Amino acid sequence: MQSQVRNSNGLEQFFYSLQGRDNLSILDLSIANQDNVTFITNLGHRIYTEDVIDSIDEVFGADKEMQSNPVRIDMFLNQALNFPENHFDGALVWDVLQFLSPTAAQAAVDRLYHIMRPRSYLLCFFNANEKIDVVPTVNYRIRESKTLLLSSRASRQTNQFFNNRAIEKLFQRFESIKFFLTRDSLREVIVKK
Amino acid sequence: MWNKRKEEEYPPKQAPAPQQSYSSAPTMSSSTAPTYTPEAPRGMAVIGKSVTIKGQIYSQEDLTIDGEMEGSVELKEHRLTVGPNGKIQAGIKAREIVVLGQIHGNVEASDKIDIRKEARLVGDIKTSRIVIEDGAYFKGSIDIMRPGAAAEPAPKPPATAAAPSQPRQQPQQQTIAAQNAVK
Repeated sequence: MQSQVRNSNGLEQFFYSLQGRDNLSILDLSIANQDNVTFITNLGHRIYTEDVIDSIDEVFGADKEMQSNPVRIDMFLNQALNFPENHFDGALVWDVLQFLSPTAAQAAVDRLYHIMRPRSYLLCFFNANEKIDVVPTVNYRIRESKTLLLSSRASRQTNQFFNNRAIEKLFQRFESIKFFLTRDSLREVIVKK
Repeated sequence: MWNKRKEEEYPPKQAPAPQQSYSSAPTMSSSTAPTYTPEAPRGMAVIGKSVTIKGQIYSQEDLTIDGEMEGSVELKEHRLTVGPNGKIQAGIKAREIVVLGQIHGNVEASDKIDIRKEARLVGDIKTSRIVIEDGAYFKGSIDIMRPGAAAEPAPKPPATAAAPSQPRQQPQQQTIAAQNAVK
């Protein structure tokens, strides 16, 4: 398993945006890991972990057509994002949306809108290199407020490429979107409800 | 010294060769399963892998469950170990919980919960300290109890409420928690 340390202005901005608020509920859509649990609970927040990649594999399997099936999409939402309305103050979505079909990704974002509180924030990553459609699936481990340790799980084909316009369209129900320029091929986005 | 109690049933996670004893995934056939045989030192009860219990367990000594359990488990001042063959569908309260098998239910450990590699826990956790090894599967929320924190029922989402037999709210839960230090 390869690991790589990465500075993330998006991550720093995410936690800066939540500063001064205590006892928040943070949703982490990566596989549970000690670093994220320690970091977030040390800030005095409650963490919810949900391995969405695992749910994608379990519900949709390898057949991409399944990601357009409304019944499967419902199953996926009920398995991975089944939380009450206005429940979370922040969500670390990482890069999972790019592994969903346009229909499934939009459904997931709509569900996120539903479960996030007003004034809450999402942190999302997208592959910024249009020529690459197979990207590593990564575990995002928070080392410090602006430092991530990325450890590869496997490689996986993205389901769609998100340019800025596509991202804006995806989050059009949200109040604002902020893009962070990076030197590598990862586009960082903070979204505010 | 001869009767010194064996405190650690399971090797710490850095132990050099834990695989041969219990860390490989259990198979359907118990005869080919790894040779995990929980010992029962004085002061520790063991529920073996061929035992299934439905109901409530209340223990005043350390307990290892390597079989199946459905209901509730309470060991307020003691340690619960869920062995690699253990499958628990229950709400659990203990001082310390070590998970090598599977738990489906809400868990409260006043001191520490240790979720080992290969373990699977679906449910909400309340604890003072937590260790999650890489390779462990966890789905649910983690609420760290701070010393002196007032009892406050955490709002619970339905996502991890798949274990129908145990209620998420656990009324007497905060009395021990407040006495324990946070890491």
